[in-house]
Amino acid sequence: MTVVMYVVGGILAVALAFALFRAVRGPSILDRVLALDVVLAIIGAALVVNMVANRHLDNLVLLVTISLIGFIGSVTVARFVTDRK
Amino acid sequence: MSRQRIPLITELPLVVWLVLVWGALWQDFGVGNLAFGAILAYVVVNFFYLPPVELTGRFNVLWLIPFLGRFFLKLVTASAEVFWLALTRGSRLRNAVVAVTLRSHSDFLVTATGHAISLIPGSLVLEVDRSTSTLYLHCLNVASADDAAAIRRDVRATEAWLIRIMGSRDDLAALRAEGVRR
Amino acid sequence: MATDVVVAVLMIGGALMSLAAGIGLARFPDLLSRMHAATKPQVLGLLLFLLALAVENGTWLLVPVLVLCWVFQLLTSPVSAHMVGRAGYRTRHLRRDLLTLDELDDVVARAAAGEAEAHESPQPDPAAGTPAIGGPVPVDPAVVDPAAPRAPGGTGRRARRDRA
Repeated sequence: MTVVMYVVGGILAVALAFALFRAVRGPSILDRVLALDVVLAIIGAALVVNMVANRHLDNLVLLVTISLIGFIGSVTVARFVTDRK
Repeated sequence: MSRQRIPLITELPLVVWLVLVWGALWQDFGVGNLAFGAILAYVVVNFFYLPPVELTGRFNVLWLIPFLGRFFLKLVTASAEVFWLALTRGSRLRNAVVAVTLRSHSDFLVTATGHAISLIPGSLVLEVDRSTSTLYLHCLNVASADDAAAIRRDVRATEAWLIRIMGSRDDLAALRAEGVRR
Repeated sequence: MATDVVVAVLMIGGALMSLAAGIGLARFPDLLSRMHAATKPQVLGLLLFLLALAVENGTWLLVPVLVLCWVFQLLTSPVSAHMVGRAGYRTRHLRRDLLTLDELDDVVARAAAGEAEAHESPQPDPAAGTPAIGGPVPVDPAVVDPAAPRAPGGTGRRARRDRA
């Protein structure tokens, strides 16, 4: 099981690296906010991995909160970009 | 406040949903907890006013189950397809913006269809024209007019499923009149 | 042991979905195609991770919370995708040379022509449905939004809101 945890952690780390690359590089602010959305999703995934690995449920509230309000950032930026033209 | 009163039956689905959320968050579906949740839900619904969502008054669970099955199947295949495209196609990708005119003019159904379409990878709602209930979709990997036609057929099929589940009687009659096409 | 295998498969699947999002973000050529890669596989990815958690934990009491978590994501992710996509399209953050078909473009062009016409005449558009509201036509889009009843001649007002 530990091996699986390392594999999953590795895949998530690579995904995070790609997402951060786009967040740094992204030509427009919309690209960046999109990339940060993915970073947030990967953080959520990492929280689950942590819960499974250490057999606890402490992060559950965080997970629900992330899935509930994670979209507010991108919606705000999108509105802001549209209004300013 | 000058807003009109909403009949209790209209806001009942919202109250029930809020009570379920409350129970799930506390991980406790005991009677006392749910009763307190119901009081809170009633207060929230009445003090934090939202325009009522006009449901159609129909809900058919028998159609819901195959719809969910189809939805999950599409979710899995389309996610894998996006993964495959990202790996192999990369920057040599051709997309399209496709207009799809829906049958129903109910805001609720148009929203539900757009939501279901958006959740399946490979299509994305860009704009909605409410007056003609047209969805403008951005679709991944569309190379020809045939692909666009396939997408249109697929979206209208999704809408047909949703009408069978929770469309109004008029929409359902229109769908029946159109003939049995999937 | 069997649960361990299931958990492992589910978690690796979920992690691969995150990887799909990452690779798509890095490799796709323009904003809108990146958006497909970024927002959608996450729905399946989160589902797989939550299933892994449920299987590993094995209590039914956990299921409602996990369902709730997923439903929240189902409700919110299309909204953010739509908002970002619309903003991207309107601010021209897409490469038109990559589109094989654009059926929104001529609609936008027609609407822009109509707007130019409307600006020339000082009179408000007769189809704007003023009697339905009574009083001046609200200009702020937030005022016109969903609470307002739909007037029979609502298309004019609707078009105006689109342009706002």
